[in-house]
Amino acid sequence: MKMKIKAIAVNTFKESARNKMFYLLVFFGILFALSSKLISFLTLGDAMKVLKDTGLAAINFFCILIAIFTGINLVYKEIEKKTVFNILSKPVSRDQFIIGKFLGLALTMLTALAAMAGIFFLFVLVNGGGFDLMILLYFFMLFLELLVIVALSLLFSSFTTPILSFIFTVSLYLIGHIMWTFNEFKMILRDPFWKYFTQVLYYLLPNLDKFNIKNEVVLNTPLSPWTILFSVLYALAYIPALLAVTILIFRKRDFQ
Amino acid sequence: MKALEIRDLKKTFRSNFLLKKFPVLKGIQLNVEKGEIYGFLGPNGAGKTTTIKCIMGLLFPDQGEILVEGQPAASLAARRRIGFLPENPYFYDYLNARELLFFSASLFNLPAADVRDRVAALIHQVGLSGHEELKLRKFSKGMIQRLGLAQALIHNPDLLILDEPFSGLDPIGRKDLRTLILSLREQGKTIFFSSHILQDMEMMVDRVGIILKGSISREGKLSELISRSTQYYEIICSHISEKELAKIQAHFACRDGQYSLTLPSDADINMAVESIIHNNGRIVAVNPVKMTLEDIFFNEMRPHRPATTGDSR
Repeated sequence: MKMKIKAIAVNTFKESARNKMFYLLVFFGILFALSSKLISFLTLGDAMKVLKDTGLAAINFFCILIAIFTGINLVYKEIEKKTVFNILSKPVSRDQFIIGKFLGLALTMLTALAAMAGIFFLFVLVNGGGFDLMILLYFFMLFLELLVIVALSLLFSSFTTPILSFIFTVSLYLIGHIMWTFNEFKMILRDPFWKYFTQVLYYLLPNLDKFNIKNEVVLNTPLSPWTILFSVLYALAYIPALLAVTILIFRKRDFQ
Repeated sequence: MKALEIRDLKKTFRSNFLLKKFPVLKGIQLNVEKGEIYGFLGPNGAGKTTTIKCIMGLLFPDQGEILVEGQPAASLAARRRIGFLPENPYFYDYLNARELLFFSASLFNLPAADVRDRVAALIHQVGLSGHEELKLRKFSKGMIQRLGLAQALIHNPDLLILDEPFSGLDPIGRKDLRTLILSLREQGKTIFFSSHILQDMEMMVDRVGIILKGSISREGKLSELISRSTQYYEIICSHISEKELAKIQAHFACRDGQYSLTLPSDADINMAVESIIHNNGRIVAVNPVKMTLEDIFFNEMRPHRPATTGDSR
């Protein structure tokens, strides 16, 4: 079973890694992260702070783009081009297929992030920023966020078109970063039904802000280990839940 | 135990918007014996590919049962016994032939040591030697078809299910594939394949099932279906006048100085031959013209075809 999942994951990684778009996005991620030096020249204040702020934002943006584009396209393409027939007609369960795809995408994201993060680390070091462990923590949290996004895009691509998957994933990404407003709604709303509804959405939708520690990293403010632990546990619960829903949908799907 | 049993298989598709139902399979019933080549014949839209997809677990039947050597076809154990070539196969075009076969082997948990030899042997067997390292995006349709067959054989399956395997092959490719399929039968494998190319089917199959509008309209051994159906006798003769031929109550036509007489299957052939010899004519050939698979197919099709198409058979 493990060998089959590994084979699908490695093949998924190969597919992403042999896509020119992947290299282009990684290249631009690195380029924009390095161009943070230029921005730091143009801005008043702590140059290193600006460099970290804009560099991390650039890496974050391009990693999210890679996660969404590869996530929404891979499974859809398998179905559209009928390559899925060659896998599912072999002794491979649909569960193994989805898990393999997810792990392959996770490996792709890890590679993209490692390439960008490695170069950015060196860049900070060369510019006198020293070896900042907090940046490493930032990338770890970003990786968790990317895994959630990949799982979300995989879920949508298992039953709809890439355009709709893109709209759904981007919408949930944006909502996921303003989840705190749901708590505020809860305070404002008086109708118990809407209060309850908002509460349900708060727990159901991905709270991606839990993985955002950029302010703490850039401003060097202390970060509670419990916050990190809670975010890790959140990802460990949310990602399998998303994969379980994807598998349930995929198990019922007819391939015409 | 049968290699493949399909009992009362029904499948309905729905349109996307109105959810209108379209029954595609209306109770398919067929049996494939071990070690035989079974030809699954039918026009476009009859339900051949839908039946095959149900066997392979790509579609879920509404009703019915599919067993592969007694095991439900959807089970992973059954799929270990099947090698499948889909219609118009498409493979990952960023891989080369060798990589694709290694990938296929990894989905069967085959021991790595065996796979290398197996891959090399299969590439040679399907005639792709020298193209192992070529990316699949550069493969022709015929080469993809050959590779598709190689990946279906990677785990040495007992049952091969081939959906339109001759599609896209040139005459040499078709001949090679026929030879390969026949050699696989010699090795004791069971082959179930669908095709539009009746001549290829007629040259290979042991049994045939004709599917029309989602139901099996005829099924049986090819030898029985054809031997039961001698259509007419043809006598080729020369050195005889048309006046003498007219005395034999048969339709005749002249071509290149020879006459071709057509007599119904129940006619007295001996009397016709004696009459020609008696009139100093020369007998060139006497041929019993039997029904071909094509004739059987068109006869089955006739009630389902619009009258305007004017099929002569």
